[in-house]
Amino acid sequence: MNEDMNRKTRNFILNCLALAALVAFLLWAPGNLDRYKLRIINLIAINAILGLSLNLIYGMTGMFSLGHAGFMAIGAYVSSLLILTAEQKTSMWILEPIAPWLLNLHAPFLVSLIAAGLAAAFFGWLIALPVLRLGGDYLGIATLGFAEILRILIVNLTPLTNGSLGLKGIPAHTDIWMSYGCLVAVLIFMIRLMNGNFGNVLRAVRDDEIAARTMGIDTFRTRVLAFTIGSFGGGLGGALMGNLITAIDPKMFMIAQTYSLLMIVVVGGLGSITGSVIGSVLITTMLEWLRIVEDPITIGSLHIPGIPGMRMVIFSMLLIAVIIFRREGIMGTREFSWDWFFPKKTKQRPISERPVSDTKGADAG
Amino acid sequence: MSLNMFIQHFINALGLGSLYGLIAIGYTMVYGILRLINFAHGDIFMLGAYFVYFATIHFKLPWGVGVVLAIAGATLCGLLVDRIAYRPLRSAPRISALISAIGVSFFLENLATVVFTGMPRAVVQPPWLMHPIPVRGIRLIPLGLMVPVISFLLVAGLLWIVYRTKPGLGMRAISFDIETTRLMGVSVDKIIALTFALGSALAALAGIMWALRYPRVEPFMGVFPGVKAFIAAVFGGVGSIPGAMIGGLALGFVEIMSIAFFPTLSGYKDAFAFVLLIVILLVRPTGLMGEKLEEKI
Repeated sequence: MNEDMNRKTRNFILNCLALAALVAFLLWAPGNLDRYKLRIINLIAINAILGLSLNLIYGMTGMFSLGHAGFMAIGAYVSSLLILTAEQKTSMWILEPIAPWLLNLHAPFLVSLIAAGLAAAFFGWLIALPVLRLGGDYLGIATLGFAEILRILIVNLTPLTNGSLGLKGIPAHTDIWMSYGCLVAVLIFMIRLMNGNFGNVLRAVRDDEIAARTMGIDTFRTRVLAFTIGSFGGGLGGALMGNLITAIDPKMFMIAQTYSLLMIVVVGGLGSITGSVIGSVLITTMLEWLRIVEDPITIGSLHIPGIPGMRMVIFSMLLIAVIIFRREGIMGTREFSWDWFFPKKTKQRPISERPVSDTKGADAG
Repeated sequence: MSLNMFIQHFINALGLGSLYGLIAIGYTMVYGILRLINFAHGDIFMLGAYFVYFATIHFKLPWGVGVVLAIAGATLCGLLVDRIAYRPLRSAPRISALISAIGVSFFLENLATVVFTGMPRAVVQPPWLMHPIPVRGIRLIPLGLMVPVISFLLVAGLLWIVYRTKPGLGMRAISFDIETTRLMGVSVDKIIALTFALGSALAALAGIMWALRYPRVEPFMGVFPGVKAFIAAVFGGVGSIPGAMIGGLALGFVEIMSIAFFPTLSGYKDAFAFVLLIVILLVRPTGLMGEKLEEKI
């Protein structure tokens, strides 16, 4: 027991240290990195939030959803419409006048973030009720359909959304403090969720629905709840994205957006919180780094013209290769744990004596 | 709406619907056998259209030769997709193959953007296909009649293959139980390859006729027809070839007629199919002609 206490104290201290290291990095970064690098660092956090929320739906509960771009769109639009001022709105809506009730609707950034998440969660809940009765790939097609219907609605409901012109001039509220603050909050929430009883319920529903039902779990309600929480994350991520890029339009939320999130989750490992974070770091930096193949390169007298579109070709080949050769991704369903760095000194206790929390990894900051 | 207008819309809907049906058949055959939504199918359709564009307009080959080459090329691509991206995953969870399919679809679209450039290209329609035949005030063009006729002939031929030939028997056996079929000495991979080849050939032909009807080709032209055709397949009942054709026609009629009667809805044209999908999945998940799929426990 004493040893277990030691381990817990040690992990707590290490978590605090990791968090302190993150804070130190965030303090250092704005003064020392250029805007492009800062933007990528922001994107990593936002993609990690989005990947985690998709992972909750797909990796942890086993619902194949392709509708995440739709939730992002809801979040981005709700948040931007709340932040933009009345003057900005009147000058932007040139095709049709804006709906009068929307014109003077205004809220501070943080409120708009929460509203964005809640709106996405509401839509997620609304479509979950009919759609989650379907299983497997039908669910994928139905959620993809939902995201497309939503995009078509955004294009056509000009008084609400300014149609295909999109929204511009959104204040750049998302700085690295904001995005990493949200990421840490989402991480703490996810770790507590998955280490608690609800996490076990989710895994049970994913791994064997019939057994879960036999144990008295209301599988449908559990799935609806997980889906709703996941859509909240999608909306939050979309809102952060909108406030980072400062301009949004319906084309941003096409199916390709969902594919890159899927890639993050699959590469990181389905069902692993650590995996989604690693996946986000890898995929986000890789997508940026691959831009070099699209730019012309001159080595000495040799001039290689850039190939537009090539990075997505490489990206999709990588997705296929990962799924064929390493289906479980980098982490599988494992989680990061500080115990990795400390060799076990004592003999392993039999499983029956171990507390439940011992079988899972501790969290990183 | 006058009767003439209605007949005009009717013929349009018949043409669009039979194209959806042709694409849907490829989805339904692969899904019936492997329980896999072949997301890349819509992109095979796109490749067929591009190949015929290059053969006839770029290299000035006669249309007949161009069509044959385009179908052969697209069929080969379909076979390669199966061999490289799906066959290694036959024993993997179904969702893995589905993600692979998404990857392939994304790959083909972006490869087309790189190779053919993202610019839409105009297809020059051969004049003999477009010369109007006036029949009592209705403007009939040969292309408009040709599309449904060819589609129905092909469906008849396909039904003959599936129900009257030995490889067809193999296909039906695999869709029933793949492992037992393998034990019976059927070379399952060859039959699956044949299924992909037939589906891709039909998709390529649909792509060619699509390129003639809406005279242009572009790398992402297969995305919407592809997803809609899958919805048509679900509507008709996944696994059923006549069902796919009926589903395609139904979708074609819903799209053309609702805009003909309610022109204000034209912005929402692409949403109809998805609404139809969600409704059909809730009301009758097995589709019109579908067999009941039982959850395996």
